[in-house]
Amino acid sequence: MKRWLPVLLPIVSITAAVSLWDLVVVLSRTDIFPRPHEVILAIGELISRGVLFNYIIASLFRVGVGFTLATLVGVPLGLTLGWFRPALWAINPIIQILRPISPIAWIPVAILWFRVDDRAPIFLIFLASVFPITVSSLAAVQNIQPVYVRAAENFGLRGFALFRRVIFPACLPQILTGLRIAMGIAWLVVVAAEMIAVNSGLGYLIIDARNAGKRYDLVVAGMLMIGLIGLFLDFLIRQLELFDEVKWGYSQRN
Amino acid sequence: MQFAGKTAPIVVLESIDLEVVRGEFVCIVGPSGCGKSTLLNIIAGFLKPTVGEVLVNGTQVSGPDPQRIFVFQDNGVFPWLTVEQNIGFGLDRLSPDEKAPIIQRYIDMVGLTKFEKLYPRELSGGMRQRVEIARALAANPDIIYMDEPFGALDFLTRLKMRADLTRIWQEERKTILFVTHDIEESVQLADRVIVLSPRPGKIQKDLAIDLPRPRDLDSSAYLETRDEIFHTMGMSLRVGSDQDSPRESTTTRL
Repeated sequence: MKRWLPVLLPIVSITAAVSLWDLVVVLSRTDIFPRPHEVILAIGELISRGVLFNYIIASLFRVGVGFTLATLVGVPLGLTLGWFRPALWAINPIIQILRPISPIAWIPVAILWFRVDDRAPIFLIFLASVFPITVSSLAAVQNIQPVYVRAAENFGLRGFALFRRVIFPACLPQILTGLRIAMGIAWLVVVAAEMIAVNSGLGYLIIDARNAGKRYDLVVAGMLMIGLIGLFLDFLIRQLELFDEVKWGYSQRN
Repeated sequence: MQFAGKTAPIVVLESIDLEVVRGEFVCIVGPSGCGKSTLLNIIAGFLKPTVGEVLVNGTQVSGPDPQRIFVFQDNGVFPWLTVEQNIGFGLDRLSPDEKAPIIQRYIDMVGLTKFEKLYPRELSGGMRQRVEIARALAANPDIIYMDEPFGALDFLTRLKMRADLTRIWQEERKTILFVTHDIEESVQLADRVIVLSPRPGKIQKDLAIDLPRPRDLDSSAYLETRDEIFHTMGMSLRVGSDQDSPRESTTTRL
C-alpha cells in the first residue's frame, strides 16, 4: 500500500482539482470560462490547426538561446567575481542595481532596440536568467570548503589548473542549482515577452486567443501547456544533478 | 606567532625551536587551543609566522609544496573524484600507464582494494582518511604533515588506523609530523613526542619513545611513558572523587 501512495495520491489530488474546477464552472453558469473537457478539445483544435507545436518550438527556441547565452556569460562572470575581490568590488554594485529590475520592465526597451523580432524575447530571457546564474556561481566560489583549495595548493596547483581541477568542480553543484532557478524564471518571462514583443509562441497564443474572440478555452489550453512544459524543463535540468561528479553537493534525502 | 585579537594581539606560540631528522615520526601533543595546529600550519607554509623561520634541508619554507603534503583533519579528499582519481591527483605529470601501478600500490597499501571506483560520499569516515593518506603517499613527498587526521573517527577505527599508519610508515620511511590532542595516540605512534604547554604554546617536553614496534599497549614501559606525558600536562589519571562515590567502580583508572 505504502509503495503505491506516491503514485496514487497525485492522481487523487489532480482528479479532485479538475472535478472542483468543473463543478465551479457549471455552478457559476459562466459561458466564458471553459470546462476541463473543453480545454482538452481546444488542445486538439490547436494541434489540428498546426499551431501548437510551432508555438511550443518558438517558445522553447527563445528560451534555449537566451538561457544558453546567459549561462555562457553568467557562469564565467560569477566565478571570476567570486575569485577576484577587485572584480567583485568593481562589478557587483552594477549587478545589484540591475538585478531587482523585473525583466518585464525591460520590454519597452527591448522593443525599442529589437522591434517585434525574436531578438526581443531572447534579450529579455537572457536578462532574466543571467543574474541568478551569475549570483549562484559567485556564491559557489565564496562558499568553497577552504580545505579543497589548500589541498590543491599543496599539490602545486596554481592559476588555470587550480581553477579547472578544483574550483570549478567544487562549484558545480551550486552552479547547477542556479541554472535550475534561472530556467524557471526564463520560462516565466518568455510568456510575458511573447504577449507583447512577437506574434508567435505560447504567450502570443494566450493573448491572441483572448483578444481575437475571447476564446478562453484556448487561453486555458495555452496555460496548461506552459505548466506542463515548465515541469518538463525542470525535470530535464534536475537530471544533471544525478551525475556522480555533482551528487555529493546535494543532500542525501529523496 | 601572534594573531590579531579584538583588543590586544593574541600570542599563540612562543619560542618554539624544533629540529626533526629525516625519516622520523614526531607527534606534537598539547591541550586544546595550545597552538599545535597553528604550529603545523606554519611548518607546512600555510601560515606565515610573526617571527622566526622554518627550514627544510636548509631552505626557508615560503609556502606549501608538493614535496611536503598535508593531511587535513576535516578531510581534504575531493568529493567529485573517485577513490583512484583522488589518489592519483598529485601525479598529473605522469602518463596514465605510469600512474596506474602507483595508484594501485597505494590503494592496496591503505586497504581500499575494490573501492577504486567509488566516490568519497560512498565511503566511511575512516576510509576517506585512508584515501587522503594514500593521496599524500602517492605524490611521493619527503614529509607528511598530519593534523589530527583520526580526530573525527570512532575509537576502534582510530586504533586500526594507527596500526596501519605505523605499518605504512615502516614501509615508506617518510618523515611524519603528526599533531594530536590524544596522548595515547602519540605514544603509540611516534619516535618522539613534543609536548606543548597551554597557550602561548611552548615546548614543555621533548621525549624520545624508544619502545619496540609493534607496541604492546599493556607493557609497563608503554604505560610509564604515557603517564609521564599525562603528568607533564598536569593531568590526574583518576576520574571522580572517592568521597561521595556510591560504588567503587566510579573511580576509574584511565
